[in-house]
Amino acid sequence: MSEQAPVVEHASPTDDALSHLEARFGDAIRRDEREGYDGLLVDPARLLDVARAVRDDLGYDYLSSATAVDYLDKGDHLEMVYHAYRTAGGPPLVFKAQTPRENAVLPSLCPVWPGADFQEREAWDLMGIRFEGHPNLKRILLWEGFAGHPLRKDWKEPYFEQENKPFDSRWPDGQVWRAEEHNPYGRNVQYPPGFTLEGYQPPAEEWFEEPIPGDMDVQRDLNSDRLIVSMGPQHPSTHGVFRMMVKLNGETIERLEPVMGYLHRNHEKIGERNTFIQNMPFTDRLDYLTSLSNNFGYAMGVEKLMALGARYSPPTRRAEAIRVLMAELTRLVSHFWSVGFLMNDLGAFFTPMMFAVEERELVLDFFEATTGSRMMCNYLRFGGVANDLPERLRSEASLINDRVRDFNTMEYLWEMIFERLPRAVDQFDEYLTTNEIVTNRCIGVGTLTREDAIAYSAAGPVLRASGVPYDVRRAEPYSIYPELEFDVAVRYHGDVYDRYLVRLDEMRQSLRILQQVYNILKATEGEPFFSGRGGMYSPRIPAGESYGRVENPKGELGYYVISDGGQNPWRYHVRAPSFINLTALERMCLGHKVADVVAILGSIDILLGEVDR
Amino acid sequence: MYGTGIWRGMWITLNHFVNTYVEDVKWGFKRHVPTEAFPSRQGMEQRGVFTVEYPDEKIAVPERFRFIPFLVVENYDHPDRPGHDWCTSCGICAKVCPPQCIWIVRGTDPETGRPKPEPEDFHIDIDICMNCGLCAEFCPFDAIKMDHDYELASYDRTGNHIFDKARLSKEFRYWQSIAPTVAEKEAEARGGWEHKDVLKARAKEAKSGS
Repeated sequence: MSEQAPVVEHASPTDDALSHLEARFGDAIRRDEREGYDGLLVDPARLLDVARAVRDDLGYDYLSSATAVDYLDKGDHLEMVYHAYRTAGGPPLVFKAQTPRENAVLPSLCPVWPGADFQEREAWDLMGIRFEGHPNLKRILLWEGFAGHPLRKDWKEPYFEQENKPFDSRWPDGQVWRAEEHNPYGRNVQYPPGFTLEGYQPPAEEWFEEPIPGDMDVQRDLNSDRLIVSMGPQHPSTHGVFRMMVKLNGETIERLEPVMGYLHRNHEKIGERNTFIQNMPFTDRLDYLTSLSNNFGYAMGVEKLMALGARYSPPTRRAEAIRVLMAELTRLVSHFWSVGFLMNDLGAFFTPMMFAVEERELVLDFFEATTGSRMMCNYLRFGGVANDLPERLRSEASLINDRVRDFNTMEYLWEMIFERLPRAVDQFDEYLTTNEIVTNRCIGVGTLTREDAIAYSAAGPVLRASGVPYDVRRAEPYSIYPELEFDVAVRYHGDVYDRYLVRLDEMRQSLRILQQVYNILKATEGEPFFSGRGGMYSPRIPAGESYGRVENPKGELGYYVISDGGQNPWRYHVRAPSFINLTALERMCLGHKVADVVAILGSIDILLGEVDR
Repeated sequence: MYGTGIWRGMWITLNHFVNTYVEDVKWGFKRHVPTEAFPSRQGMEQRGVFTVEYPDEKIAVPERFRFIPFLVVENYDHPDRPGHDWCTSCGICAKVCPPQCIWIVRGTDPETGRPKPEPEDFHIDIDICMNCGLCAEFCPFDAIKMDHDYELASYDRTGNHIFDKARLSKEFRYWQSIAPTVAEKEAEARGGWEHKDVLKARAKEAKSGS
């Protein structure tokens, strides 16, 4: 446990960077002067040098997000946007590089930040930017038989109806049809030129073709052989449909590559067709265990954009208190789930798991009564929340065999926050932390050093277990977190056991926060939970860009939203923590046994709804 | 001593196992403990597991629960306009719907050919509906509400998963019965239990009468 150093206020990072770098790079960098935009525009030829200078000279050592934007008809270029942070805290330095849409090429930043690996592969896959110098540039979420790059603005999906929602066919003369009966593009499945299904082999499976050294490796008195194994996708230890290609020497991992995309639905394309408010329920479905804090990040991203406009009132204090209450309850639920699942992965099949998710039941009951749904909460709005806390958590019997319950909300919350959840955390701690099987399996396994954790853009408990006290709630405070008292949980060994302990610590810190929030809720009872005008289904969002990020239980969740002043976001990108945390998976697994891979993956705590998006 | 951690954990599991049945013992070892026991078995006092034996017992869903929208129509015994739609076919729900699962045919007056505030037809594809509740939230007339009936399994996906107006329509009384406090709050905001338009017309009448 350590208190993080207070954030020192600097001048705008862009000014700061310009004044430091201008002399060295001259014309290669300039300020991004589009309205509502901020940051540096970097000449692609010098991008690698600038990135190195940003990391080494300016101290922005943590690359949070790297994503591409297609400016079709708005300059006709593709743009790569990088958000770099200091692990000491503070605002980001945003820098961008532009490349023409035809034959888009940019230098890869993998040599500077290995954490850019998957994000650049994603940009290549979805946007079609080729990265020179990338060690393994191939599609990551889609397969090789996919024609085109779907996030480009001129790409249309098979059931394409109209560029933007709302669709004109729905009202006033809605002729109802089911999508599969009415496909304007017909059978429009396309393959890239020269692609044949015959003899198609997924690149991950090309490993099987690779020559395996025939010689035996002698480890002490054991003769071991090399072997290639495809772990997953249908395997309970992968927490969903996720696959790892591993090359084993005996039982020791020599090489590992995550294969993903089985749950891919192009969330970001859907998001760009949607109006701003319509994206809110879709964010629930990213990391479906933490829907409320997903909402939080998106609401913040859009509110930052709204703040660029003239008439904008920030969320009220009660709204912020409710948001934090929900986010912290979500964190507890998610951590319970993840430590429970970790035990599952270690072989303690489902008893600790069930024990861990039991309290979740009560929290979800509260979510259900407040937001209307247990998991897909869709509760936050731009400027507040959808609804105040109900006076009572009550129900009416409407189906046969319905059993009715009725609790006072604040009493229920009090019992939960001050009695049940603390007891559950303590019990869980006592139950498993000193368990010899757990310690034997976890200590010293899957180590990630401090430097690697930062370089690989690891986030959340993975980063903090490696000794980096970086928590967005403290590093770039949002909402009412500055006035709340809590410590950033941090541990220093970077192994599976420390990630488990960090999660336990964080649950205790969350409880501390909740206990303070409870009093704020008491004090603000009856105050408005929404600022601005209600009933605005299509608020005006000024043109510009924004990056809203929150500390999700899985790590830093960021939303990069661009508005062109219209009803729909021009670009909507999700920086998914569990996706980016997987970049470091190979590093953590090398040299460990194959059974440990399962534990290491469990300790990263991925969620495939978010990884694949 | 090696192994104490395991035994300590086992002790917690054992406690938990015993606690699960404490409530059953208290209520006399019945296979299904009486209804009155349910809130305590499912509440803050429970120390054991929370298992509910669906479908022999179900947790009644809270008032704000959302599952598939329905259309509010006037009670069938309403003195002035029984069964009249509350919907005015303004189309806001169709515009705000994230997966675009609402199709509305706006009604027209057969004599003048002008649009009238009543839907000719109203379709919701419940396979597409994501139960987000935005339609109910932004409806200015409280005419579309989220239902509580989640038991909608059926054998035929293609035939009966597009709900039409007849299938969607439910009496206002039904909404009052599943969500009484919410309905009351909404009535307060409208200024009465009736539809907004009825209240407006009534106010106008009273004004011209006085």
